[in-house]
Amino acid sequence: MYDFLIAPFVEFGFMQRALAGSLMLALGACPVGVFLMLRRMSLTGDAMAHAILPGAAAGFLLYGLQIVPMTIGGLIAGVIVALGAGAVSRFTVQREDASMAAFYLISLALGVLIVSLRGSSVDLMHVLFGTVLALNDDALTLIALISGITLFTLAIFWRALVAECLDPLFLRSVSRLGTPVHFIFLGLVVLNLVGGFQALGTLLSVGLMMLPAAAARFWTARVEPMCALAFGFGSVSCVAGLLVSYHASLPSGPAIILSAGAIYLASILFGTRGVFNTKLRRHRHRTA
Amino acid sequence: MTDACLTFKDLTLGYNSHPAVHHLNGSIRTGSLTAVVGANGSGKSTLMKGIVGVLKPMAGSCTLAPGKRIAYLPQQSELDRSFPSRVVDLVSLGLWPRRGLLGRYTKEDREAVGHALMAVGLEGFEKRPIDTLSGGQLQRALFARVLVQDADIILLDEPFNAVDAKTVGDLIRLIKRWHGENRTVMVVAHDLELVRAHFPDTLLLARQPIAWGETIETLRPENLLRARRFDEAWHDDAPWCEPEPGHAHAHGHDDHHHHEHGEVHGHPDHESGPRAA
Repeated sequence: MYDFLIAPFVEFGFMQRALAGSLMLALGACPVGVFLMLRRMSLTGDAMAHAILPGAAAGFLLYGLQIVPMTIGGLIAGVIVALGAGAVSRFTVQREDASMAAFYLISLALGVLIVSLRGSSVDLMHVLFGTVLALNDDALTLIALISGITLFTLAIFWRALVAECLDPLFLRSVSRLGTPVHFIFLGLVVLNLVGGFQALGTLLSVGLMMLPAAAARFWTARVEPMCALAFGFGSVSCVAGLLVSYHASLPSGPAIILSAGAIYLASILFGTRGVFNTKLRRHRHRTA
Repeated sequence: MTDACLTFKDLTLGYNSHPAVHHLNGSIRTGSLTAVVGANGSGKSTLMKGIVGVLKPMAGSCTLAPGKRIAYLPQQSELDRSFPSRVVDLVSLGLWPRRGLLGRYTKEDREAVGHALMAVGLEGFEKRPIDTLSGGQLQRALFARVLVQDADIILLDEPFNAVDAKTVGDLIRLIKRWHGENRTVMVVAHDLELVRAHFPDTLLLARQPIAWGETIETLRPENLLRARRFDEAWHDDAPWCEPEPGHAHAHGHDDHHHHEHGEVHGHPDHESGPRAA
């Protein structure tokens, strides 16, 4: 048991780093994912993940496989797409889903183009799917910074974010924070996706954001426990994914996301608000 | 007028350059209880949005007396009922004007929320998820939020829709309590009997104000007839409404005068905008 669960993390430095990095990622990304889901923007996260690619690729083109330029490039690309899509939906007749799709597709094509200008397909795979087992000090520092900023920002704007989700018109009638808080939140989404792409890749980093959140929805009817639970599920996925990847020699990023997927599927079935409890089980009912 | 709580000066509100409220002049007295009535599309909700400030005026202005706070209960709430939230969380949103983004909720705040829930007959509902409430219960919860907001000006847009008779009675009692506390209350309503029974003042809208003043005077049959004849549709070929030089002021918008006599506020000779023939 010890050999299976603990030893890999004790014996190998790269496993410790991978665990630390992915847990810190989960700490910031999972609560953000809960709000993405509650704002019915789950697919926006996916679109943003694609949108980050050309920025990361441009950093890669200029400086090679280095975390800081690639992160900054990804941030810039993500912010441009988020603001562009948001602006188009606010100032034209087009809705945000369509403008977001348009912007991220342009961005994705541009990104693939840039990567292929210089790199081999191995590099492309690296950018798309990440390497959690090769996190260096820079990457760990960056992830720590991002999850710190995320938690701090969420704590500050928590009340406004909840109000903006629950009753946006009310928030507008008592405060001007509605629109800023929406963009701050989009900024957090971009930040966490960028933080995740070194470890999990641009395509899979959104998985650690959305899957634990979606799973947590089946267990509780309040926001605060939902965020905590999502982080719990995210952490379990990281540990399980790394162990599976270690013992079965599988790529670690997909293993982590698939673990989260397994938790999600189990939650659909067995969650307190899942299928078995709400649909299949015969309920006794009270008189009032 | 010293006790004006809200002042409209030539206020025009609308969408896509079509006016929904056209050249409204006048003021709302502090502590008054005013019903806003009119046909569908006559600009009642638009006026509410203009007062709260979620809709910017196309022309003119709506001035709030300094230091006054507004609580607004919209007709079509953008409330997301699927959001995981309890009744007590929803009602606590009303603490925003007092506590803002970061202020800690005190024991008194929680008591205020409890009292508000009690006042609307929802004691014991604190922990209920909002997606389990009936329409009337939700409406009462929203009234509780307005109570918690503790505002000087209270705007209620069709609060009696889809609410049973007993609840209407409860809500009317709350409105009268606010009136008694010298708060300024404006309520959009359709039930003229209800308005006649409970509201001292009435504003009758048909894009332009038809009549405004004491309810009995305002709701006279000839006024209601004129309000009914109003042309609800927009016309893309409607002429632009140009301020005639000196006209707007020469018209002598003596707000006070108009208000007290419940006189017609519109511009009977105003040739602009879509109008009934």
